[in-house]
Amino acid sequence: MTAGLTLNKITSQRGVSIGEAARRIADLGWNPSYVQEAMTFPTDYKIGRQPKDPMKQVLRSYFPMQEEKDNRVYGALDAALRGDMFRNVEARWVEWMKLFLAIIPFPEISAARSMSMLARLAPGEELRTGFTMQMIDEFRHSTIQMNLKKWYMENYIDPAGFDITEAAFGKCYATTIGRQFGEGFLTGDAVTAANVYLQVVAETAFTNTLFVAMPSEAARNGDYALPTVFLSVQSDESRHIGNGHSLLMSILNDPDNHLLLERDLRYAFWQNHCIIDAAVGTLIEYGTTNRDKSKESYVELWHRWIYEDYYRTYMLPLEKYGIKVHHDDVAAAWDRLVKKNYHHKVAQFFSVGWPVNFWRIEAQTDKDFEWFEHKYPGWYAEFGDYWRWYGKKSVPGETPMLFDQENGYVYPHRCWSCMVPCLIREDFVVDEVDGKLYTYCSELCRWTHKVAFSAEYEGRSTPAMGRFSGRREWEECYHGWDLADCIKDLGFVRSDGKTLVPQPHLRFDDKEMWTLDHVRGNTIQSPLVLLRNMTPEQREKHIADYRAGFTIRPFQ
Amino acid sequence: MNAFTQEAIAQPPRSGAAGAAQFAGWDSRKYNYYKPKGRHATHYEDVTVDVQPDPKRYLLQDFIISFPDGTPTYSETWTAAKSSDWHQFRAVDEEWERTHYQRQSTICGMIGSVVENARRAGAPKRLDRTWVKVLEQYLGAYKHAEFGLGMATMHAQRYGYTQMINSAILTNSSYKLRFAQDLTLYLAELALDLPEINLDLGKQHWLENPAWQGTREAVEAINGTSDYLEKYFAVNLVFEPLVAELVRSGFFMQVAAAQGDFTTPTVISAAEGDYQRNLANTAELVHILSQDAEHGAHNRALFNRWLAEHGKRALAAARQLQPMWSLPHHKVAQFPEALNRALERIRSITGELGLELPAELKAA
Repeated sequence: MTAGLTLNKITSQRGVSIGEAARRIADLGWNPSYVQEAMTFPTDYKIGRQPKDPMKQVLRSYFPMQEEKDNRVYGALDAALRGDMFRNVEARWVEWMKLFLAIIPFPEISAARSMSMLARLAPGEELRTGFTMQMIDEFRHSTIQMNLKKWYMENYIDPAGFDITEAAFGKCYATTIGRQFGEGFLTGDAVTAANVYLQVVAETAFTNTLFVAMPSEAARNGDYALPTVFLSVQSDESRHIGNGHSLLMSILNDPDNHLLLERDLRYAFWQNHCIIDAAVGTLIEYGTTNRDKSKESYVELWHRWIYEDYYRTYMLPLEKYGIKVHHDDVAAAWDRLVKKNYHHKVAQFFSVGWPVNFWRIEAQTDKDFEWFEHKYPGWYAEFGDYWRWYGKKSVPGETPMLFDQENGYVYPHRCWSCMVPCLIREDFVVDEVDGKLYTYCSELCRWTHKVAFSAEYEGRSTPAMGRFSGRREWEECYHGWDLADCIKDLGFVRSDGKTLVPQPHLRFDDKEMWTLDHVRGNTIQSPLVLLRNMTPEQREKHIADYRAGFTIRPFQ
Repeated sequence: MNAFTQEAIAQPPRSGAAGAAQFAGWDSRKYNYYKPKGRHATHYEDVTVDVQPDPKRYLLQDFIISFPDGTPTYSETWTAAKSSDWHQFRAVDEEWERTHYQRQSTICGMIGSVVENARRAGAPKRLDRTWVKVLEQYLGAYKHAEFGLGMATMHAQRYGYTQMINSAILTNSSYKLRFAQDLTLYLAELALDLPEINLDLGKQHWLENPAWQGTREAVEAINGTSDYLEKYFAVNLVFEPLVAELVRSGFFMQVAAAQGDFTTPTVISAAEGDYQRNLANTAELVHILSQDAEHGAHNRALFNRWLAEHGKRALAAARQLQPMWSLPHHKVAQFPEALNRALERIRSITGELGLELPAELKAA
């Protein structure tokens, strides 16, 4: 008899190794000989080398693992309610979730759909298993986020805005930016969209700010639900990053692809910067009440995750494969954040447009000013008076900020490429494409529309590349409309038929809430329509004035 | 009068909880932008409906990126079928992420337990030797058919015009791909106890054995169509009842026990359960389109054409599989009876949907 017990000797049973399981599963596909697979979404890339699946996971282990993750998420939501989370949550924060959670389920499900495009392109079967799991992951993300939004709607003090969420997503002037992001995953050249734009840039670089920085700020505002859901979502991203990198390595293998890859990395990095930094920078710095000076600001987080983690350790090594990495683009994005106050101007823009939003934005106050000035020296001189004006104009009966002439703000042009307005006035660009005039927030956004999204790139035919389409300038849709009629058409009116869903404050009292009558008599105009209707001389002057910027009048 | 003060802005609400204050819209706690199918919105509907936008509903600015030929991000032209309201369809199984993972995980657990305990009890060693060859060569070949259906539906889930359609096709794909992997790993586990099993033989039979060539052609034809709805239709209303159920229920599930095999039917039963859900979803969609007031006649004619094209191939595939019924030592099932059941099944499905079976299938 032995003194020790080795249970393993009694209970263990030899199983199939992970490597063997992955190898067998990768052998499920075959080259068809009776009927060829249908033409799928095209690409101008050539993928000759079979990509490898870095994760080597099989669905047998995947499903139970994901179910366990789900159990933790839904258990935590129950616990948050039992712990009376909403009694202590910061309304300023939850209001911004009406915007964020209206947008994000669409990019997520777009990512699921886009796996269909990649699965047909990549030779060999190995990475198809990875794409399969990513497809199901993204289905998870989209519906788990819709569930979280429903949960906020059911339990938060003001459900208006959550209750119209997907309708609002289709109509709002802010969510159009998110649609550019989501449609970018699954339209046009399949590799550009699903591999480079989605996996290589959005998921590898920017999900850190989206799904890690956001949850941290949520927790600081008494919201324990968002971190629970989004950190669970983020735990799936490593698989997607692996898929993206593996396919990227196969693409890199063929030097014929390098020119296209250089184009797509430029487009994808810049547009992700424009969209994600606008959204997340605003959400976590203007949607928070936490003004702990020891926490990292958005630009500090950006430096850590985008500059150090992504640019230095992911993008730079691509140079050794012969890819031209545009260091100047990374530097320009950084400058836009730290020197040109990009996300502060976005927050300002969103607040100016509050009547056509579907969430509440309250004014920043002295406590906020102190934090911003500490983190961004010079902030108060540029934005302090603006937010004081905003506070003053938050009372029904005042002129809505969108039309207020007193404070000095000038409504911006919309960027035809990233859909964020042209907020850094000195960088404003106007150009013609196919004989029509367009406006852009930056030179790279002009390049994206005119050069990258085209049938030819540097003398090379690019027949698979997508095109910008639709009524891309939101303001044009309501050009000449009265603001009250516009809001009614948007559906941003509460159940009493007159009170607006959006409010420029957090006062939950009918007496203080704006109604259609308060906003009637103001006519919406499209800056692009106006610009196109100008004479060349008028236009030249307008562009020069626009680039010169505006000054907020001192608040009395 | 302007009552503004900095203090008024800074004053936080007493509580952020529902009901802490009453004001316009304070009790609007349901998604109000779509009409539920039943009296009350289901959880599935809440997390699914309208996530994929549509210019005919709320997409004010239309899709904002297009393919080079001008086709937008989602297009109704990606199937020859027409609908006066693509948004009418709801998946009968009402799957969203949580229910999908729960069901898939439960299946993984069931199969894992059965195989593990069977192996511990030495069951593989007691299998009839001839049956082991059938599993090696025929179940080994069949797993590729399931994979092919999984890839067809994975491809199709990009093209549907609503979230409800695409997500139903996505879960269909997820089930098919899981089952293809279930079979692959099950055979690999049997091979641990039965080293004589050659795990490469299944694919060889799939590619070369005449009995499987009709099946392979039918699966490749499904993958070869560019119409996503034709894929979904052909998988669930034609191939599954005529070939897949024939192989799964008509052969392996019926025959295995007599060969001393109690594990294979359990593994395969999961796929039969999966199919009931996928069938219900597909039948519901096809029924809605067939009854469409504006396009019903067009759709029925289209579906009958798909039925004829894929039905002919599937019937030929089923007949080519006949030799498989002669292989087991203990012959407890006959091919003609199994095929009759498969034909009855497709007659019942298409009859209920008001579709016309082609002459070959009627007369078979």
